[in-house]
Amino acid sequence: MQKSLLIDPDKCTSCLQCEMACSFEHEGVFNPARSRIKIFEFEHGKRAVPYTCTQCAEAWCLHACPVEALVRNKTTGAVEVRDEICVGCKVCTIACPFGTVNYNPDSGKVIKCDLCGGDPQCAAACPTEAITYVDSAWTGYERMQAWAVKTDTKAATA
Amino acid sequence: MDYVIVGAGPAGVIAAETLAGLEPGADITLVSGEPEPPYSRMAIPYLLAEDIAEEGTHLRHTAGHYDARGIRVVHERVARLDPAARTLAFEGGGSRTYGKLLLATGAAPVRPPIPGMDLAKVKSCWTLADARQIIAGTKPGDRVVLMGAGFIGCIILEALVARKVKLTVIEMADRMVARMMDKTGGDMIGDWCRGQGVDVMTATRVTGIEEKVDGSLSLSLEGKEPVAADLVVCATGVRSNIGFLEGSGIDTGQGVLIDNYMATNLPDIYAAGDVAQGLDFSTGGHDVHAIQPTASEHGRVAARNMAGHRTAYRGSLVMNTLNTLGLISTSYGLWDGAEGGDEVVSLDRENARYLRLSFQGDVLVGALALGLTQHVGVLRGLIQTKVPLGKWKKVLQDDPHQIMTVYLACVQDATRRRAA
Ligand SMILES: Cc1cc2nc3c(=O)[nH]c(=O)nc-3n(C[C@H](O)[C@H](O)[C@H](O)COP(=O)(O)OP(=O)(O)OC[C@H]3O[C@@H](n4cnc5c(N)ncnc54)[C@H](O)[C@@H]3O)c2cc1C
Ligand code: SF4
Ligand code: SF4
Repeated sequence: MQKSLLIDPDKCTSCLQCEMACSFEHEGVFNPARSRIKIFEFEHGKRAVPYTCTQCAEAWCLHACPVEALVRNKTTGAVEVRDEICVGCKVCTIACPFGTVNYNPDSGKVIKCDLCGGDPQCAAACPTEAITYVDSAWTGYERMQAWAVKTDTKAATA
Repeated sequence: MDYVIVGAGPAGVIAAETLAGLEPGADITLVSGEPEPPYSRMAIPYLLAEDIAEEGTHLRHTAGHYDARGIRVVHERVARLDPAARTLAFEGGGSRTYGKLLLATGAAPVRPPIPGMDLAKVKSCWTLADARQIIAGTKPGDRVVLMGAGFIGCIILEALVARKVKLTVIEMADRMVARMMDKTGGDMIGDWCRGQGVDVMTATRVTGIEEKVDGSLSLSLEGKEPVAADLVVCATGVRSNIGFLEGSGIDTGQGVLIDNYMATNLPDIYAAGDVAQGLDFSTGGHDVHAIQPTASEHGRVAARNMAGHRTAYRGSLVMNTLNTLGLISTSYGLWDGAEGGDEVVSLDRENARYLRLSFQGDVLVGALALGLTQHVGVLRGLIQTKVPLGKWKKVLQDDPHQIMTVYLACVQDATRRRAA
């Protein structure tokens, strides 16, 4: 059974432990600015929402990439960036309708959630279980995908 | 089914792969008009900048990728199409028939009709062959003139600066990237480039190019002093490759006209990518959108329809992103405003930050941004889902930089509605 991140915004206290863990895992520094998962606060901090790539089935980013630098990891289902191939054209950043691929000017390449190869550090670091890593069937994955389908430029098969 | 795809750019390659996936064992031939393995033009600037080697421009990197999918890649240029006989004639002689045909021949650069454009030191930057010539023809310190500061021109600009040449950019329009930036944004990009030592001349027309006895070039300009150069790179626009279709009876405008199923007016002939004039998501009209994401989407949808999985296309959304010497700009859809719509603008010239959002009612229909690098894609999400912003529009009107918050709020509202 493939697993995915289950996000429950109601449990998020905006402590940013996930952002710290993510930036440390990927960049070796505790710096929320380098995180692939982001906490968005709204209603003046009354609500917080952790947000990252849903590894959506449509994978707009992957299909738009001109040099096959984005590939699906068959084990985890994550869409991963192959740094050695990415040219930094940023087409994937405008193609992902969820805004979850970002350009990193320091490396000249893009960064996105890769589920840490199957052991997501954000979920491990979250003290309130606002982020958990569970079997895909039990998550809001389908709901997220339903949203993805809405964004599809192709109408349903006629 | 015997599928033939003419053109081995992203549209053709993605179509071939999609066909192979939908119909294992199908006979698929991919005709490439160039000698190299299928590659991506988009990667050429990074080759010029010496970030990558030629292999880095290839669309696929696994050995045997095409063979493994039953895709036969042949290198031929198609000279003529005879739809009655279902036959393609090749430039080098010979011909072949097809069961279903996809035209994915892309576009080619056009040069202005002025004297001197045929000189050997005037180059286009469109193919790998062009790129090799530019690499061989430039060394650090050379005087290079870039004619045209459109989208492609600006991408090449960045690459030429990386080659450490002394660059002058000459653009006929009153600003840079006139087809993806308004006057404010285009001027900000121009100022940014000048600030980094690139000589940018807008509203300037080249009237002719001459080769001097010492081998250098001289560009005469309308109402201005001539400019000297060692090499000229011409990026003054492109045109769909439809020449070989003349007399075939296929309907063309700027490109090959296709319906919402990517089909042309002739039976079993489809078109995709830069050569196709297809549905525009924003206007509902038909236009050539010569960009990578459109080529990729066209290729997939065309292949589905060719394989009998009738799939309507909702139209391509104009989207561009550019890095001009570190300044990142983006535009989507009706970035220059919609008829009867309204907009909100946030401008910080000093820090080169600019955001302009266009609405029709409470739906986002276009966006333009300078200096925005985080979560840019949600602009596409908001535009393409046509999600009614409702009360959240006011939030954007007060501060357009709240796009991510507004996006999430809309997702959550939609999810709640679905759950309820
Ligand atoms: C320097 C440069 C930078 C670019 N940067 C960007 C960017 O940043 N973002 C973006 O979205 N887009 C960019 N583009 C545009 C993008 O590359 C094109 O939109 C895309 O390549 C279109 O894909 P296509 O498959 O339709 O056509 P092409 O990639 O042009 O492929 C056409 C294929 O058809 C073949 N062909 C043509 N005529 C014939 C014939 N008669 N017989 C047989 N074969 C034929 C060609 O050899 C080629 O294989 C850039 C283009 C260039 C040149
Ligand atoms: S980055 Fe965006 S398009 Fe790519 S898999 Fe994730 S959500 Fe989908
Ligand atoms: S930025 Fe890198 S991963 Fe994204 S589309 Fe370009 S080459 Fe592919």
